[in-house]
Amino acid sequence: MTEFIGTFETPDDVGSEGQGPFREGLELAFSPSSVPLKQRWRNNGLSADFLADYVTTFLPRDQNDPTSLDRHSEIRGAVNYIANELLENAMKYSEEDLAHPTTIRLALRADSILFTAANSTGTERGQAFHDFVRELTDGDPAEIYVRQLERAAETGGSGLGLVTMINDYGATLAWRFENLAEGGMRVTTQVRLEI
Amino acid sequence: METVITGESYSLDWNPETRTAALKGILRLNGLEEYAPIARFLLDAVPHGSMTLDLRGLEFLNSSGIATLSKFVIEIRNRKTVDLTVLGSKAVAWQGKSLVNLGKLMPALRMEFV
Repeated sequence: MTEFIGTFETPDDVGSEGQGPFREGLELAFSPSSVPLKQRWRNNGLSADFLADYVTTFLPRDQNDPTSLDRHSEIRGAVNYIANELLENAMKYSEEDLAHPTTIRLALRADSILFTAANSTGTERGQAFHDFVRELTDGDPAEIYVRQLERAAETGGSGLGLVTMINDYGATLAWRFENLAEGGMRVTTQVRLEI
Repeated sequence: METVITGESYSLDWNPETRTAALKGILRLNGLEEYAPIARFLLDAVPHGSMTLDLRGLEFLNSSGIATLSKFVIEIRNRKTVDLTVLGSKAVAWQGKSLVNLGKLMPALRMEFV
């Protein structure tokens, strides 16, 4: 069974506002069982830095225009933060016994960037995340944000990354939950950032 | 000024004269557990009076780091004995987006952006 929450797009879609197809993109894939989590953790930051640099290559930049430089640095920071959070979540919650790679795909459109991160996880963990996502999409993001911050001590800040994307970066999120034939779930989180 | 904690890409400096803790660099630690030494130092640094947390040199902070700072601010708010100032930088992307939210947790917090 496959369930979608929010407006989930495929790279070939022209976009919900009809902005045209994706122009550029790339995908990174990691095997959850190749090296211990501690070693892989460093890779999240390296990959996020790389994706942020990659995106800014395609953005117009005028050295004489401070607004364009500010925008450049703002988008670079947003891509870095979002990619890092998606990778951290995917690494933390990947089930090593399930032989599926953890992936992050980035697609550029004229006025938006689409991040799609996927990992496989155990059914119980996948279901708990599904319930959190439901709570997140049904409630008021600002209210949920303060609540998550207040609850950070008990929850370890879990879920805060997704809430900050919505609340602080104005991103739109969507999910795909798929039950796997061999047990467990494939969880895909999609983040659309307007630029 | 003395450096009290250092990692691969970050440091925490403490100036006892100005009671200022300065976090610098890039912080992407895994979960609250890995942030525990930083959290412990900040909480023990000043039992009473004024304290400044200088984040201007902190270029990147992940959500576990934001959770750590939130937890710290809530503890300071509940303790009611510390007068806290947070220094931020407009030039650092995440600070303009997320740092302002700390003020929502503690109305008495003084936030200065330079």
